[in-house]
Amino acid sequence: MSVDTVSLTGWGRTAPTTAVRFRPRTYEEAAAVVRGRGPRGAIARGLGRAPGDAAQNAGGSVLDMTGLDRVRALDEGAGTVRCDAGVSLERLLRILLPRGWFLPVAPGTGRITVGGAIASDVHGRDHPGAGSLARHVDALELLTADGEVRTVTPGTALFDATTGGLGLTGVILAATLRLKRVATPLISVSTERATDLDDLLARFTAVGDRPGGPQSYASAWIDLLARGRATGRGVLTQGEHAPLSVLPAHARRTMRAPRTAEYGRRDPWPALPALPGGLLGRTSAALLNEIRYRGAPRSRTGELRTAAAFFHPLDALPDANRLHGRAGLVRYRFTVGYGQEEALHRVVRRISARRCPASGATLQRFGAPSPGWLSFPAPGWTLALDLPAALPGLARFLDGLDAEVAAAGGRVCLAQDSRTRPETAAAMYPRLGEFRELRAELDPTDAFRSDLARRLGL
Amino acid sequence: MKDAFGAPQSLLVLGGTSEIALATARRLIALRTRRVWLAGRPSPALEAAAVELRDRGADVRTVAFDALDSAAHEEVLGKVFAEGDIDVVLMAFGIAGDQARDEEEPAAAVRVAQTNYTGAVSAGLVCAGALQAQGHGSLVVLSSVAGERARRADFIYGSSKAGLDAFAQGLGDALQGTGVQVMVVRPGAVRTRGAAGQPEQPLTTTPEEVAGAIVTGLRRRSETVWVPGSLRVVMSALRHVPRPLYRRLPV
Repeated sequence: MSVDTVSLTGWGRTAPTTAVRFRPRTYEEAAAVVRGRGPRGAIARGLGRAPGDAAQNAGGSVLDMTGLDRVRALDEGAGTVRCDAGVSLERLLRILLPRGWFLPVAPGTGRITVGGAIASDVHGRDHPGAGSLARHVDALELLTADGEVRTVTPGTALFDATTGGLGLTGVILAATLRLKRVATPLISVSTERATDLDDLLARFTAVGDRPGGPQSYASAWIDLLARGRATGRGVLTQGEHAPLSVLPAHARRTMRAPRTAEYGRRDPWPALPALPGGLLGRTSAALLNEIRYRGAPRSRTGELRTAAAFFHPLDALPDANRLHGRAGLVRYRFTVGYGQEEALHRVVRRISARRCPASGATLQRFGAPSPGWLSFPAPGWTLALDLPAALPGLARFLDGLDAEVAAAGGRVCLAQDSRTRPETAAAMYPRLGEFRELRAELDPTDAFRSDLARRLGL
Repeated sequence: MKDAFGAPQSLLVLGGTSEIALATARRLIALRTRRVWLAGRPSPALEAAAVELRDRGADVRTVAFDALDSAAHEEVLGKVFAEGDIDVVLMAFGIAGDQARDEEEPAAAVRVAQTNYTGAVSAGLVCAGALQAQGHGSLVVLSSVAGERARRADFIYGSSKAGLDAFAQGLGDALQGTGVQVMVVRPGAVRTRGAAGQPEQPLTTTPEEVAGAIVTGLRRRSETVWVPGSLRVVMSALRHVPRPLYRRLPV
């Protein structure tokens, strides 16, 4: 097990803090770290993709889980995979896709670990149909504060606190996930352009009302720099796993064909990918958005893309987070319920009026909430955007958006947060009280602590 | 914890009656700060400052701290850090002295040096150690443009600030990679209540401006902050003026 003292930040590269990083390679080593923790506690960290401070622990211990990276068992009969927490989703996909299986939930990047995905209860673009990851976990091995490993199963309080629990109930060591059968490794994609936010929401709703709509992967890119009548215009992309019939006859016998369609073997870029505009300032960001919008087809169906190109186009960019300059980036992700479209409109108008160089803003729909106490998804709309942290006055601006979201009964995503107020977070997550009680009981010495937990008093 | 914009949740002010420090505290309370420690010699002014900040919604506590009593620093500051993390320590104590009198009375001059330099060295090292143990935090050191190059008019004060400035820069380098940021703030002449009535110098600033620059510096994780910013250019020119000429300059 390697040990070093390092300065860590999240993906956004804001608020660095220093911790002792342990890299356990076995469950026993992880348990030894938790038992021998210092007074400032310990937290698990995966690939460091959380934009905020969820996987940092100033002055304490950080368990780098990427050393625990074995895929233990793939049960093709039951359709489950049991793997260590440090396995990345990207690697899992590389193993699963050629065998005709797919992840139950595919978040926006493959460079996160299974443990991190469960701890932040990630969701995919098919949330209305599939729900968040917690719904597809059969069991997980949790290393708790006493250094013991417990098997946690759905339906228990500990399970609901751990999924979406930001690593504060313990260290997830392994998990069993229920997989999804797919016929081909390709995604059949349809793209349509929406002229403003109302149009975009209407098209979204139309997709959701179609048969099989909730199960399809729908998300939209929003041009947050468009003004006037075009405010909130965007491009809606919707994908489904392609049926076998779309493949050429010679390729139908094996999942491997066509060769370029393996996960991680990239085909040429999809039409004008998300270019990060943070570094470029608002004028060039607006220009890039214009090109991206004009470059998208007005309406197109049946385009085939690989899973990598469809789900994780940004993973192809090396260190995309560095493009937001030295001060780093801040991600703002929030959700407001159905019926609160007016609040969504107001937020979009405010961002657009302020001319923030928001890049890669995406709009998605959520379905039924997850049982996780601190899980983010709730029925409604979710919008995520990245902003350069160096923008003057951004702190107050985002506080204003927080107030707007809270007034509409919405919430911001804790796993991606790096700046909200403790009072705001407590108001947005009504089950935080229960979460605190469970932690006080399970972990009276406050063994698991992160900078996020300190900042928000979780 | 500080948030992504460097706004702290807890603040320790050494020299709790300093106008610059209080202006900074007011700004930080408006952002995220909930707990403020005001350390200083017990006085009605310190309590009044605490009351004023409390009215703004912060949990304010005062603690007896004397820059000259360096033997007690470890104990006094240790107690503060034991109560919880401190995200930002603002070292704002210091005395300007009276140049004419100090030249006549060496004891008074030594007092200036001890307060501004040795007191700050002791308190700075204690705070740096505590911040390093918690793995995060900022130490903001109020230096002065007077320390950049000694002037005939205030070289006793200036030399003490020069020492402090060099100390803080070195400390910042020593703490590189520990998660602790040391920020040296070099304001020009500041228009404070104490300086009222004195002839105004060029590039004079106000406590509010200095406070604004400190908040921006925390956001940007700066190492050096000049207030006003143009002083950086002015001083880099003045630094290279030959001494016979510098002596004659009306600065």
